[in-house]
Amino acid sequence: MGLIEGRMHPGIVTTTVDALFNWARKNSLWPMTFGLACCAIEMMASGASRFDFDRLGVVFRATPRQSDVMIVSGTVCEKMAPVLKRLYDQMPEPKWVISMGICSTAGGPFPTYSVVQGVDHLVPVDVAVAGCPPRPEALMHAVLRLQDKISEMTIARSSSSSSLHLRA
Amino acid sequence: MFRTQEMEINMGPQHPSTHGVLRLKLRLDGERVVDSWPVIGYLHRGIEKLSESKEFIKITPFTDRMDYVCAMSGNLAYLGAVEKLCGIKVPEKAAYIRVIMVELNRIASHLLWLGTHALDIGAMSIFLYGFREREMILDLFEAYCGARLTYNAFRISGVPADLPPGWKEECTGFLKLFRQRHREYEQILTANRIWLKRTKDVGYMDAEHCLALSVTGPVLRAAGVARDLRKDEPYAIYDQLDFDIPVDDGCDTYARYIVRMAEMLQSVHMVEQCLEKMPSEGPLMGMKGRRMKPRKDEEIYFAIEGPRGEQGVYLISDGTDRPYRCKFRNSSFANLQALAPMVQGGLVADVVAIIGTLDIVLGDSDR
Repeated sequence: MGLIEGRMHPGIVTTTVDALFNWARKNSLWPMTFGLACCAIEMMASGASRFDFDRLGVVFRATPRQSDVMIVSGTVCEKMAPVLKRLYDQMPEPKWVISMGICSTAGGPFPTYSVVQGVDHLVPVDVAVAGCPPRPEALMHAVLRLQDKISEMTIARSSSSSSLHLRA
Repeated sequence: MFRTQEMEINMGPQHPSTHGVLRLKLRLDGERVVDSWPVIGYLHRGIEKLSESKEFIKITPFTDRMDYVCAMSGNLAYLGAVEKLCGIKVPEKAAYIRVIMVELNRIASHLLWLGTHALDIGAMSIFLYGFREREMILDLFEAYCGARLTYNAFRISGVPADLPPGWKEECTGFLKLFRQRHREYEQILTANRIWLKRTKDVGYMDAEHCLALSVTGPVLRAAGVARDLRKDEPYAIYDQLDFDIPVDDGCDTYARYIVRMAEMLQSVHMVEQCLEKMPSEGPLMGMKGRRMKPRKDEEIYFAIEGPRGEQGVYLISDGTDRPYRCKFRNSSFANLQALAPMVQGGLVADVVAIIGTLDIVLGDSDR
């Protein structure tokens, strides 16, 4: 929670500050390298030569303390679930989650005893990407959609809650 | 004299250089590793149990998702086992296409290993170069089967389609380019003083210990044992190809680097021969229909040489169209056993190099 969030009614000040904040936030989305399974290889390919996510301001960081977005790429197993939750809790606000691939979105082809059937049981998901594994272009689309979502954010006080709020 | 205290730390399961979700408990005395315990199972998805309830043909996509870096080899190992179980013959042309795909996938897998291994040690640029060439191979796969990573490219008794028009020329062009690019990698790394410092005499394991721990693949060949199933127990059409098995007796991380680099060139050589020798006409599938009728109570084991080592499948049939038991002998699981003895007595920084040199894929070991 920042100091100025949720203190003011919507107005000329909040929209100006929003424009600055959202511009900064959406153009420097630093994801945490959270490679779990096959999708992690496509995530690596996204960061590598051909797709080059750096040009979107997406720079992979190896620690949750320095990252804004968690790309859950791969099957989340029961054994991994507490680790994932802890890492999400360690990320500073504001934070977002991209669920990459069908495994992390809904369990995928593994309806078994050891697989969490959707990472939304553990953390709130902002964007889900379909595919097994999704192509790097699909992941790029997810990042662009997340940027759209961030540009809707406001620091103004909302009627529903005092926390960081997204206008639908 | 200073008194030091031993300390236990966790490396992983979320660590950028554990290549997935490997957790390593390390007991340290200062910078030295006294003891280590790999903890696996963070990617256990229950594939073997799931396979028991699926028909034979429906298990192939799971083999893509086990060793996702070399999915073609996984497909070939599993389908080879099913074909052996049911006594199905694969047409020659289909076997050639399979070998082309598997060998290209071996290059792609080794490129990924090279990129990530070098990145872990600190050489950033080779990662970008390696992925540049890997994308070209993925383009070829995409043109053939439509997928970049999880191919499911083969069927029981053959392959579903012929090579698309123009594919051979594309592939020949890539192979020619790759030989040049391979020289570039060698120029960057082979005589690089930092690379030598970080890899020479790191992760030493001799042939005796490798065999005792059933370590296979490039790790074993870098210990001086010329064990390669493509030569020792030829499957598909490997007995018609002319190739060498790169062997080194350095037993360390650098020797494994040398072996894998030489293997890439051998794979290029093999694909070139396949493209030349492949019959232009001929059937692609050896059987019609898709009902499988294996004999009751039959047990078979079939193994191929994957990029990481022996990749085997053990099947038991009960006479139905589903396996009674489907066990995968995956090389990552066996090679992971070499990790603890290798890191013992070394530095913490070398643990990263040793994980890289073993080239483990956690989906492969946890299944």
